Amino acid sequence: MTTYVLRRLLLMLPVAFLVTVGVFLLIHLSRGDPALVLLGEDRSPQAIAAIHHELGLDQPLYVQYGIWLGRLARGDLGRSVITHQTVSDAILERLPATLELGVVALLWSLLVAIPLGTIAAVRRGSVADHLATGFTVGGVSVPNFFIGIVLIFVLSVSLHLFPFGGYVPLTRDPYESLRHVLLPAIALGTAGAAINMRFTRSSMIEVLNHDFIRTARAKGASWRRVVFAHALKNALIPVVTVVGLQIGGIIEGAIVTETVFTWPGVGRLAVESIFDRDYTVVQGIVLLAAFSYMFANLLVDLVYGWLDPRISYA
Amino acid sequence: MPGGAKAHLLELQNVRTELQLRDGVLTAVDCVSFHVDSGETLGIVGESGSGKTMTALSILRLLPRSGRVTNGQVRFKGRDLLALSEGEMEEIRGAEIAMIFQDPMTSLNPVFEVGWQVGEPLRLHRATGGRESMSKAVEMFSRVGIPEAARRVSQYPHMFSGGMRQRAMIAMGLSTEPSLLIADEPTTALDVTIQAQILELLRTLNREFGTATILITHNLGVVAGMCERVVVMYAGRVVEQGPTRDVFAHPQHPYTWSLLHSIPRLDDESGKPLRPVEGAPPDMLQLPPGCKFNPRCPFAIEQCSKEEPELLPVKGAQLARCWVTQAGDELTEPGA
Repeated sequence: MTTYVLRRLLLMLPVAFLVTVGVFLLIHLSRGDPALVLLGEDRSPQAIAAIHHELGLDQPLYVQYGIWLGRLARGDLGRSVITHQTVSDAILERLPATLELGVVALLWSLLVAIPLGTIAAVRRGSVADHLATGFTVGGVSVPNFFIGIVLIFVLSVSLHLFPFGGYVPLTRDPYESLRHVLLPAIALGTAGAAINMRFTRSSMIEVLNHDFIRTARAKGASWRRVVFAHALKNALIPVVTVVGLQIGGIIEGAIVTETVFTWPGVGRLAVESIFDRDYTVVQGIVLLAAFSYMFANLLVDLVYGWLDPRISYA
Repeated sequence: MPGGAKAHLLELQNVRTELQLRDGVLTAVDCVSFHVDSGETLGIVGESGSGKTMTALSILRLLPRSGRVTNGQVRFKGRDLLALSEGEMEEIRGAEIAMIFQDPMTSLNPVFEVGWQVGEPLRLHRATGGRESMSKAVEMFSRVGIPEAARRVSQYPHMFSGGMRQRAMIAMGLSTEPSLLIADEPTTALDVTIQAQILELLRTLNREFGTATILITHNLGVVAGMCERVVVMYAGRVVEQGPTRDVFAHPQHPYTWSLLHSIPRLDDESGKPLRPVEGAPPDMLQLPPGCKFNPRCPFAIEQCSKEEPELLPVKGAQLARCWVTQAGDELTEPGA
């Protein structure tokens, strides 16, 4: 198991290398000129050239990439072009807020998806099943910023049940922190909840048709026990795959949600940096997003092994 | 049993089971009556689709979603199982009546330890704790001949061979010492050598535990070796029943007769060709009028295609659903 994890981490290196190439090219082919942002009104060619020289932007692309990769290997993501803060500090400062939002959104999506999907599977064709299907269609097709706006309008502005935006660190006031995170988490997690529900439902329907379910019934296990003790563990295997993708996608999903809810997380940092042409910060965040996908994948494979003993890590 | 001199352990009376299919209602089991007494082994034989498994599932009320028992009674220890609530039925399943299935490869849950699954009936019905049920599972493993029981209980089904899985299923079924074990084609999916071992195991355990057994099979040889009495099913109906010895010696229904004549025998030196059962199995959605076997029957008379006979005593303890033998005629080789 430990060797398996180590091997997987090692295998990540070549992928990580390709990711850095991709990220670098993407940013450098698409970026606007940070010099224009830095200079404001005084846009003389000399001033622009001076800044380009200072940032190393006058060098060939492969040299720039080499310098960046060399620093990266030493754990140095560089400094923000605009604020001169180190990129790692800028990200770490914002990361707790995004993690809190992401974890709560994920919990929300699972707490909704697994029970609803299970009920829909067990009572196929019932009112509950149709309602759950309706929820799926709605959850997937309504964009999460819209869900966010509706939640703010109804629950915050009209009913005053929740604050409309802002972030309170979990360490400062856990209760207030949860009150603040709930609406953005629902907005962020609902699409995932809908997809997970669909996967749970179809997977559960398939599992319930297996012979071993009849065996469990023949032992005298109640339906509830058959579904939750015997079938669910089998049914979760495909669900884990999509959940893994969602974990990897938290940062990108948070970009819109964090903007709607003025949530000071990595997603908003990304948006701000893009507007400021602060390419070093954007590079760092895209890299982080790519790595979180890779780690989510590893996590998924480890959870597979726990759910299904037929998968071995030998 | 009301009005009866001796109470049977299990008694089916006129059971009818219907399946709701897209093309209409299929009567999988019809007018099925038989009984099982304590400690005895009853064989149910018939070809695929004859209603053997549906009968067993009707007893335990484990029919698929589309299935429903629409008529009759299933009396077990004097209670009508069909009238029980689902909760009461759950107390009987696995505790009083256990069932093992045809395919041991798919009958065990792949993601749980085998010992956990084998010990589950005890946890459900005997309030046995987790650790105790595991040690009981070890004991049951040894009794059904699974080597290295202590190590094997914590393995998963994919680490077991087919024969070992079926042994584990038997261990699971017998762990609560039920009064009745229903074995639905327990050896069909296994290698021939393993089949003999599993049958021997069932026979031994039947003697040790005193458990009555219903053995469902399409293999007449298995019935001959294992069962005191046999029920022959065709098209969802019981067409003949009686002591195995008598049924095999002088079958009273043409279907049984045909089955017995279709078996190759090593000791038969007459060189006569085998007689397969003519025709095809019946379309259960469009059964013929009269006796359901009449289109394939070498002995059919005019009455057979008009009116369906009932299951009546014919000879000694044998019952048959046949106009010919009920009229006292013998079934002898046609043309002989």
